[in-house]
Amino acid sequence: MRRNFSVPKTLFLTLFLTAGVVQANAQESEKLHQRANAAMCANCHGSEGRTVEKSAVPPLAGLPREYFIQQMQAYKDGSRKATVMHQISKGFSDAQIASFADYFSAQPR
Amino acid sequence: MKRRHLLHAGLAVGASPALLAHSVFAQTAASKAQVIVIGGGYGGATAAKYIRLLSAYNIPVLLIEPQSDFISCPMSNLVLGGSKNLKDITTSYDALTQKHGVKVIRDRVTSIDPDKKTISLANGPMLPYDKLVLSPGVDMMFDNIEGLKAANDNGRILQAWKAGAETTALRKQLQDMPDGGVYALTVPEAPYRCPPGPYERASQVAHYFKQAKPKSKVLILDANPDVTSKGPLFKKFWSENYKDIIEFRPNHKVTAVDGHAGLIKFDVQENLRADILNVLPDMRAGSIAVQTGLATANKRWCGVNYLTFESTVAKDVHILGDAMLAAPAMPKSGHMANSHAKVAASAIVAQLSGLDINPAPFLTNTCYSYVSDNMVVHVASVHQFNLEEKTYKTVPGSGGVSSEANTLEATYAWNWAQNIWADSLL
Repeated sequence: MRRNFSVPKTLFLTLFLTAGVVQANAQESEKLHQRANAAMCANCHGSEGRTVEKSAVPPLAGLPREYFIQQMQAYKDGSRKATVMHQISKGFSDAQIASFADYFSAQPR
Repeated sequence: MKRRHLLHAGLAVGASPALLAHSVFAQTAASKAQVIVIGGGYGGATAAKYIRLLSAYNIPVLLIEPQSDFISCPMSNLVLGGSKNLKDITTSYDALTQKHGVKVIRDRVTSIDPDKKTISLANGPMLPYDKLVLSPGVDMMFDNIEGLKAANDNGRILQAWKAGAETTALRKQLQDMPDGGVYALTVPEAPYRCPPGPYERASQVAHYFKQAKPKSKVLILDANPDVTSKGPLFKKFWSENYKDIIEFRPNHKVTAVDGHAGLIKFDVQENLRADILNVLPDMRAGSIAVQTGLATANKRWCGVNYLTFESTVAKDVHILGDAMLAAPAMPKSGHMANSHAKVAASAIVAQLSGLDINPAPFLTNTCYSYVSDNMVVHVASVHQFNLEEKTYKTVPGSGGVSSEANTLEATYAWNWAQNIWADSLL
């Protein structure tokens, strides 16, 4: 039985580290996608959710996660009136809205 | 011992994502890669900034743009209407360099060699690239209309579809025209840059005439069978506000013009004369894309892989904005170009850093049109990537237009401009 574990230490370590790097790359990839996806809001709401000064369109950076999700759902179901957001919000899945909420709630105002 | 080592190794990998985030970009080929962006419009400027942002400022980006400043096409019709001037719609490229480290070279690209992966400048050396972002906008196909090239060269017939000197010149033509004159705007067959743009322009000129020279007329001579975008909204506003000023005539395809005589000829309809001819010819991808053989659709628009915006015929050349062959229901707009740029920037950063390409990108579009100096209508859409069909599709039930022209959206429209200019350039 002991022999079964006698894989050379370096190879074992390499495999473990490779698995670690793959996992890290998957996490980094996901972070990149989340950030790029959230940037689809930036055209109107500012880069990283920070608008220009005195903007009538509200900034999204720093909005609490739950509040963000509630508002998007309210646009979707029509309970919050809007000029454009009731139409845009219907283009996003719940998972996409949650991802936006995670991203923007973590951005400094 | 072994286990402890492994735990240490595991911790080193798992416990410091911030360090890894940095190293992913710094330790890969990314930091040594050269990205060149051709064109500093809504697509190119946004791509340059976002490749820098998304790579944690590790990927070097060089932007080539012949103009000294960015002048926005969206909002440029307000200059014609008189409520804004050119300065209001102009943004410097300085912040791209100072804040984001984008190197900007003011020059024109004369050729691209996709095999050798080099570009040549009019006034500079040949430059190598690992990734090329091509966002050349549109070229006017003046030669499709007899007499138009000469009339545009001598300044009698303007397009003013690329905002800048012609915008100012057309404003002057409108100011110089006596009351009772006729301004004729011709619209090419779709697709062209900014589908609602001609109708916004007609509205702006009509708004100006109503204030300053109320006996004058605006004639819209459209090669299409009807108003291309926001038709019911424009027509309602025109009938309620510009009834005696705007006349819309569909199915008018221009074949020839005479700048001196103020004459327009059509393929079927009667010739007509006007005091000001504002002729928009057919459009196609910017000439650099066409001459490089990238305009795969009708020699006019550039086919791309919509997941990465990489050309279907040239590896490592990513094409954005109006020059690209659009997916169904995707308008040629500045907002769209900004959206394309972010998907492309993400894909380029992923490819250069050994990360995965986003398998499910999407795009948004919001487009405001001013029907007067303080009344606006919009169209909005969301386009999700469809993996099976490898294209973007609008989401059923999403998107739409304003219920009617209103002043609230004029506030949002001007704010949209401020925010998208900042998002692209600052």
